[in-house]
Amino acid sequence: MLSLARKDSFRNGIHPPEMKDDTSHLAIRRFPFAPLLIVPLSQHLGKPALPVVRAGQEVTRGQTIAEADGFLSVAMHAPASGVVRKIALAPGIGGNMIESVYLEPFPASSQEVDDGEACDVDTATADEIIAAIQRAGIVGLGGAAFPTHVKLRPPEGKHLDTLIINGVECEPYLTTDHRVMLEQTLDIFNGIRYLLKATGARETLIAIEANKPDAARKLQQQCPVDLPVSVRVCPVKYPQGAEKMVIRSLLDREIPSGGLPADVGAICVNVATTAEIGRLLPRGQGIQERVITIGGPGIKKKGNYRIPIGTTVRFALEEAGAAKNISRVFLGGPMMGPSVSNLDIPITKGTSGITAFTESQMAEATGHKHIYPCIHCARCVEACPLFLNPSQLGILAKKEEYDRMVSEFHLMDCFECGACSYVCPSHIPLVQYFRLSKKMVRKLGARQ
Amino acid sequence: MSVLKQFLEIGSSPHITSGASVDVIMRNVFFALLPVCIFSVYAFGLAAALVLVTATASCVLTEHVICRMNGKPTSIGDWSVGITGLLYGLTLPPDLPLWMVAIGGVFAVAVGKALFGGLGFNAFNPALVGRAFLQAAFPQAMTHWSLPFAFDRFSDLPGSTLAFPFAEPLYDAVTAATPLARMKFEGIQAENPDLLWGLTSGSAGETCAVLIVLGGAYLVARNMMNWRIPVSIMLTVSLLTWIFMQVDPATYPRPAFMLFSGGLMLGAVFMATDMVASPITNTGCWLYGILIGGLIIVIRFWGAMPEGVMYAILLANAVSPHIDRLIQPRVFGTGRGGAT
Repeated sequence: MLSLARKDSFRNGIHPPEMKDDTSHLAIRRFPFAPLLIVPLSQHLGKPALPVVRAGQEVTRGQTIAEADGFLSVAMHAPASGVVRKIALAPGIGGNMIESVYLEPFPASSQEVDDGEACDVDTATADEIIAAIQRAGIVGLGGAAFPTHVKLRPPEGKHLDTLIINGVECEPYLTTDHRVMLEQTLDIFNGIRYLLKATGARETLIAIEANKPDAARKLQQQCPVDLPVSVRVCPVKYPQGAEKMVIRSLLDREIPSGGLPADVGAICVNVATTAEIGRLLPRGQGIQERVITIGGPGIKKKGNYRIPIGTTVRFALEEAGAAKNISRVFLGGPMMGPSVSNLDIPITKGTSGITAFTESQMAEATGHKHIYPCIHCARCVEACPLFLNPSQLGILAKKEEYDRMVSEFHLMDCFECGACSYVCPSHIPLVQYFRLSKKMVRKLGARQ
Repeated sequence: MSVLKQFLEIGSSPHITSGASVDVIMRNVFFALLPVCIFSVYAFGLAAALVLVTATASCVLTEHVICRMNGKPTSIGDWSVGITGLLYGLTLPPDLPLWMVAIGGVFAVAVGKALFGGLGFNAFNPALVGRAFLQAAFPQAMTHWSLPFAFDRFSDLPGSTLAFPFAEPLYDAVTAATPLARMKFEGIQAENPDLLWGLTSGSAGETCAVLIVLGGAYLVARNMMNWRIPVSIMLTVSLLTWIFMQVDPATYPRPAFMLFSGGLMLGAVFMATDMVASPITNTGCWLYGILIGGLIIVIRFWGAMPEGVMYAILLANAVSPHIDRLIQPRVFGTGRGGAT
């Protein structure tokens, strides 16, 4: 049932400006092929894929170019028909170098994709569906890029009762999930069939925030009668799209500290990921493209684009008419999107958008720069969705007391939503401290 | 060759902020205090104006000089020292000699704030530190109260105001006891409306409850003050007073008298809520308020002094870090037990 404006949401959180009106009404458009596509072999969490092509080989669009290396890994597919120029290191978002396939598409390369080994939802077993999802190279398209098939197999002794399809999209500027819900509605229901069969869950909830009423209505209207699906509209609040938050909002269940959604009997899959499962599995294809929002005040032709994996950020920005003086570009939204230091990095499966600002626009959005001492105003405490104490954590981070941060103040639970830094009137870079501290903790832990 | 700019600025997310800023919050608190100051000048005349100006000027100057001595940029721009100055001035008797006002102001900022490390590190409310210092150093002058609404308050200064430093101040003949002192030593309670509108004698700013509550309400509405602190102080004081009144109505006053007399309103709304010196969690704030309320009752009923708000808040300031240590928010996914 469509229950509009359910009052209960997760506690705390913030309300950044949504900034979605520029692109939410724009239909998804196809993006042209760049002259060179760079497909990293590691676009997901887990082990990099193993390449099965060599330099000089001709590939067709959709052909498998790398296979999964073990269970915690997924396959890669050619985003265009063309020639593999080389397999070499390419820069990634973090400044690291990643083994990648350099693919030069043929001029006037067709958008046609060859069908592969289909997976029929009615006849396939749960294990066959899980294997097909891994073969299709499907990962969480919301940004985390965690291999989806891994989630579908809960740990021994855990039972999944509820499947949550996450269409919250709480990041400002991003409208990809919104468009996918409007334009790939039937793919989503198809995907839900596969997911229900693979997990054994009995109930499906689609989570949508109240700022996408058209998508909620459409999903509600087109829902097949035989599917156990209900659409839930949550009040708009950041970071509701986070797995822990959306499960808390919909089911009033808290994933235990350090635990998984399976610990509370739930599984959470992004709505675009679900749509891709529903679209690709019946044809036996793999992910060669994804929908992204190219937006932000520095972009002239803002919009939602179906873009080949491996397109460089530079090509995407030039095609979308970025202002010449853009100074800050980030992948995803402004709350959690990592900043781009090199425009020649490729768009991967986990990239949900490109947002660009010019220098003056950035100064306006960031506001004051002066860092004051913490005045204990408690706004961060009221913002943190995990009920951490960012004020105290920030003081300890400055003193490099990592042990206390972890043991007394649950540093490792922080999923870096950035709500604390957003609200801090002293402009203390809290989440930035925590990111660094978590890295230090992992480094020190590995050394011991 | 790309047309796009070569140099990118990189930053760690979030790339946007709410725009809130410490100086904006502090400026709002400062402005919320102004109506109280204006009423105080209206009630006590020129003397109160001079006390407030001297108090604020001495605090701001002290902060500026200390910053410069430490080779740091001046921090008076964050407006916090302005609040300290006004609050400190409002706690003083309006006819206090100005040289005492200045000394207390220097002490408040130098010892109450700078010595602890400046804004964000002051364990105690600096304004109250300054007042406590004066109370100890000049107990007579600090308990000398002039009458409000004297007919010559805008034309004449009390003889004590411009007293020569370290000389015995000359007091005018007309003085008045505060409502609390009269209650304590004479057993007479002032009327409710007089207290509410501030038509009694007392410190410069501890008189008009209505303006204080309005200022506080403005700050609460703008999310610049935790309402739980004043509310818990007032509830605790009312409840305890009511209980005592039931037991012995001859000795103990009515709750409304306790609420609106002395420095309780100013203390509860503007002093106890000093973010730096109060607990960070809401539960902690309730406890902190209850503690202050209880201490006020103890000092007012059984202490040697008629008024106890200042010491109650200072003591609770000292306890505040311990409240924070004891009471932390329950981290998501712990305690409550996630699965249903």
